[in-house]
Amino acid sequence: MLPNNPIHSILSGDYPRSKALSVALVIVLVSLAFAPFLFPGSQPLNVAAKICVFVILVASYDLLLGYTGIVSFAHTMFYGIGGYGVAIAMYNFNAGWGALGLGVLAALVLAMLLALLIGLFSLRVRAIFFAMITLAVASAFAILASQLNEITGGEDGRSYRIPEMLRPAFRLFDEPVLGVMINGRILTYYLIFFAALILFLLALRVVNSPFGRVLQAIRENDFRAEALGYRVVVYRSIANCLSAGMATLAGVLMALWLRYTGPDTTLSFAIMIDILLMVVIGGMGTLYGAVLGATIFILAQNYLQVLMGQFSGMLEAAGIPLLPGLFHADRWLLWLGILFVLSVYFFPVGIVGKLRQMKS
Amino acid sequence: MTAVAATTETVSLPKVKTDWLPALLVPILAVAALPLVGSFSTWVTLTVAALAMGMMIFLMASGLTLVFGLMDVLNFGHGVFISFGAYVSLMVLGPLAGWVESPNIWLNIGVLLACIVVAMLVTGALGYAFERVVIRPVYGQHLKQILITMGGMIVAEQMIHVIWGASPIPLRLPEGLRGAIVVGEAAMEKYRVIAVVLGLLVFGLMHLLLNRTKIGLLIRAGVENAEMVEALGYRIRRLFVGVFIAGSALAGLGGVLWAFYRQTLTAGMGMEVNVLIFIVIIIGGLGSIGGCFVGALLVALVANYTGFLAPKLALGSSILLMVLILLWRPQGLYPVAKR
Amino acid sequence: MKDAILRLDGVHTHIGQYHILHGIDLVVPRGQLTMLLGRNGAGKTTTLRTIMGLWQASKGHVHFDGRDITKLSTPDIAQAGIAYVPENMGIFADLTVRENMILAARNGEIDPKRLKWIFGLFPALEKFWSLAAGTLSGGQKQMLAIARAIVEPRELLLIDEPTKGLAPAIIMNMIQAFRELKSTGATILLVEQNFMAARLLGDSVAVMDDGRVVHRGAMAELAEDTTLQQKLLGLSMDAHQ
Ligand SMILES: Nc1ncnc2c1ncn2[C@@H]1O[C@H](COP(=O)(O)OP(=O)(O)OP(=O)(O)O)[C@@H](O)[C@H]1O
Ligand SMILES: [Mg+2]
Repeated sequence: MLPNNPIHSILSGDYPRSKALSVALVIVLVSLAFAPFLFPGSQPLNVAAKICVFVILVASYDLLLGYTGIVSFAHTMFYGIGGYGVAIAMYNFNAGWGALGLGVLAALVLAMLLALLIGLFSLRVRAIFFAMITLAVASAFAILASQLNEITGGEDGRSYRIPEMLRPAFRLFDEPVLGVMINGRILTYYLIFFAALILFLLALRVVNSPFGRVLQAIRENDFRAEALGYRVVVYRSIANCLSAGMATLAGVLMALWLRYTGPDTTLSFAIMIDILLMVVIGGMGTLYGAVLGATIFILAQNYLQVLMGQFSGMLEAAGIPLLPGLFHADRWLLWLGILFVLSVYFFPVGIVGKLRQMKS
Repeated sequence: MTAVAATTETVSLPKVKTDWLPALLVPILAVAALPLVGSFSTWVTLTVAALAMGMMIFLMASGLTLVFGLMDVLNFGHGVFISFGAYVSLMVLGPLAGWVESPNIWLNIGVLLACIVVAMLVTGALGYAFERVVIRPVYGQHLKQILITMGGMIVAEQMIHVIWGASPIPLRLPEGLRGAIVVGEAAMEKYRVIAVVLGLLVFGLMHLLLNRTKIGLLIRAGVENAEMVEALGYRIRRLFVGVFIAGSALAGLGGVLWAFYRQTLTAGMGMEVNVLIFIVIIIGGLGSIGGCFVGALLVALVANYTGFLAPKLALGSSILLMVLILLWRPQGLYPVAKR
Repeated sequence: MKDAILRLDGVHTHIGQYHILHGIDLVVPRGQLTMLLGRNGAGKTTTLRTIMGLWQASKGHVHFDGRDITKLSTPDIAQAGIAYVPENMGIFADLTVRENMILAARNGEIDPKRLKWIFGLFPALEKFWSLAAGTLSGGQKQMLAIARAIVEPRELLLIDEPTKGLAPAIIMNMIQAFRELKSTGATILLVEQNFMAARLLGDSVAVMDDGRVVHRGAMAELAEDTTLQQKLLGLSMDAHQ
C-alpha cells in the first residue's frame, strides 16, 4: 500500500502482515464497535468494556516488556492511580466533568512523576533492579492504599457517582436506536471504546516512530545502543513514563465503567498476572498482540472460568479425589500460571507471531 | 629480572581497610531509635524482635543473593521455598503433636529441629527440581527468567492451596518455647531469642564455609567473575546447582522459623517476604553475603521501629531505607567487584 | 616448521547476530612465542575467547595438541592445558593475591619452588601477598594475572594485551618477564598493540584485520619490512620507538 494512504498513516505503517491476523483484528474491532447492538444485555457489554480497557492496559505494558525489554511489576499501581484519581475526585467533589478532569490530570501527573522517579532511580544502576524495585514499590503502594481509609476507602474502596450523562438513567434519545435504548451506560461504553481506540493508535505511532526504533535497538543489545550514543537510561525512563501514563488512563476508563474503585479491582497482584499473561499469549513486541491477548483472555475469564467450576463439580460428584481441587473455580490462577510458564517457554512469539509465521 | 624488582619496590603498601561503616549503621540505627521509642523496655522488646526478624530474612535471602551473584539468575520464585518450607513443617507437626505440647523442653526443641530438617530436605530437593525444570532452559535470558520464575511462583502458591487448602492455618509454638524471658522491665520472647541464636549460628557457619574452604573460595570468585573461574578449569555449573540447592534449603529453614514467628501459615507468605528479600539484597549489594546480613538487620530494625511508631508506613519505610542507601551507595552497601 | 600445539582451521564466530570472525586460520608452534597483531576491533580478543570456548565457533575447528577442542566447554579446555589471561585481566578483586593464585593451582597448593621463581619475576606479588587484589595498581594486577596463568606449567598460554595501559618502564619489566618465561620453553600466543614489545618478543606473527588473518610469518621478517607494517598495521615510523 502507498505510504500516503490514510490507513497507512492511521496504522503508522505498522500493518498486521498476516491475512488471518487482519481478519481477527477486524472481527474484534467490529464486535467492539457495535457491541451494544450486536450483544445486548449488561453482561456482554461489561465484557466488551473490559476488553477495551485491557487492550490499552496490555498495550501499554507491551511498550515496556515487548518493545523496551524491561519487566515491571508496577503496572497495576499506575492502573490503580488512574482509578483512584477518578474515585477520589468523584467522591469528594460534585460528580461533574470538571472534577473528573481534575482527577484524571492529578492521576496522570502523579503516575508519570512516580514512573520517572522509579525509572531514573533503578534503571540507572542495572535494568534488573527495575523488576525488583517495581515489585517492592507496587506492594508498598497497595498496602498504603488499603490502609489510608480516609482517602481511599481502604479495603472497601469507594463507590461514587459519575457525570450525569454517563449514568444509566440518562437517555440520549427518547426512542431506541436499532432496538437499543441509548442510555448513559452505552455512552460510557462508547467513551471507553473511542478513548481506547485513540490511545491504541497513538501507541502504534509511538512504537513506529524513530523513538520506538531506538527502544527496540536497546532491547536487542543495550550495550551496543549505548555505544552508538543513545542514552539508554533516558530512553527507558521515557518509555516507562509513557507506559505509566497510558496505564493510568486505562485505570480512569475502568473507574468510569465500574463506578467503583478498590484494591481488588485495580491494585491486586492477580491483575498484574492477567496482564503478563495477556501480553505473552498475544505476542510480545507487537501491539496487535495486546488486542488479541486481551480479547481472548477476558472472554476465557468470563466464560471458561465458569465452565471449569462446573467441571470440578462434575468430578466431585463422580467421587474422584484431588482432581476437583485442581479444577475448582478458585484454582483458575493455577491454570493461568501453568499456561503462562508454558507460553513463555514454547510460545514466546504469541498468537500474533504464530499467525505471521503461518503466512511465510 | 632485577629491573623488575627495582621499579616495583618503590610502590608503597596499600592500607588494609575493612569497610565497617555499613555494619556500624545497625547499632547506630538501634541507638538512634531509643529516644523515639521512648521507653527502654519497649525498645528492648522491639530490638530483639527486629534482630530475630532480621536473622530470618537473612536466612531466606542469602541463597538468592548468591545465586544471582554466581550465575546472574534472578529467581522471582524464591518465595516458593519459603512457603513450602513452612507448610512442610505440618507434616512433622502432625505425627509429633505430642512433642509440641510436652512439658519437656528437649522434646519441644526436638520437634522444632525435626521441622527444620524435614523442611530443608524437602526444599533442597524442590530447589534441585526447580533449577533443572524452570531455570536451566532460560539461562542468560533475564527477561524470560523473570517471567518464568514468577510464573513458577504462582503455580507453586496455587499448589499449596490445592494440597493444604486455601485458608490460613494456625501454628502453635512448642510449649517450652512460648512466653518471654523478663530481664528487669524488658520482655524478650523466648522464640525470638532462639531465632537470633540460630541465625547467628548459620551466619557463622556460612562465613566459615565461604572464607575457609576451597568451595567457599570458588563461590566468592564465581560471584565476581564466573567466566574467569571457568577459564581456570572449574565447572561453575555444578557449583551453581549446589548453591541453588543450599539456598533453597536455607529459604526453607527461614520459612519454618518465619511461620512459627507469625504463628500462621498462608500460601502467600513466601511472596510477601520476597518483597522484603529483594529490598534486602539490593541494599546489601547483589551477590554479597555480608551485605545481605547487614541489609536484613537494617530492614528489620526499620520495619519494627516504624511498625511501632507509625504502623501504616512499615513497608514504605523499607523502601525509603533502600532509596536512601542507594543514594549513598548506588551499588548497595557492600558491592561485589564485578568485571 | 616445528609441530603446532594449536591450530585453527576456518574458524567463524558469531556474537549474537553479529558475524565477527570470518574463517581464521592460525598455527601456534610448540615452544615459540606467537604474536597476534591487528588494529582495534580486528577480532583478536574474539579469537582468544573462541579458543577458550568462551564464544562458540559457529564453523571451523580448533585443534589443541592433536585434539579437537572446538566443542569442549571452557573448563575442559582449561584442563586440557591452556591458561588464559583476558584483556580485562580477570582478577578477583575481593580475593587476596594469595587466593587468586591458589585458585589457579589445580590441587589448591602452589609448588614453593615455582612460587619463588614467580616472586622473582614479579616481586610486587610477594609484597602484597595477603592483600585484596583489588587494591593493586593496574600494572600489579596485570602481573598477578600473568602469574596466575603460570602458577603451574601449562602447555599453552593465551595472553591478551598485557601491556595495555602500562607505563613504559613497566612495559620493559613485562617484556623482561616474558623473555624469562620463554626461556623455560613455554608456548605463548600473545596479543599485543605495542609493536615495540611485539618485535622484541615474537618468534612468529599473525596479523588480523576485520575478522580474518591477513598475514602470517616470522616476526623478524615483519620487523624488517616497514612497508608491510604500514600496510598491515598502519604503523608510522614513530611507533617504532
Ligand atoms: N559482546 C559483543 N557484542 C557485539 N559485538 C562484539 C562483542 N564483543 C566484541 N564485539 C565486536 O567484535 C569485533 C572484534 O572485537 P575484538 O574485541 O575481538 O577486537 P580486538 O581485536 O580484540 O580489539 P582491541 O584491540 O580493541 O582489543 C569488534 O567489532 C567488536 O565491536
Ligand atoms: Mg581485544
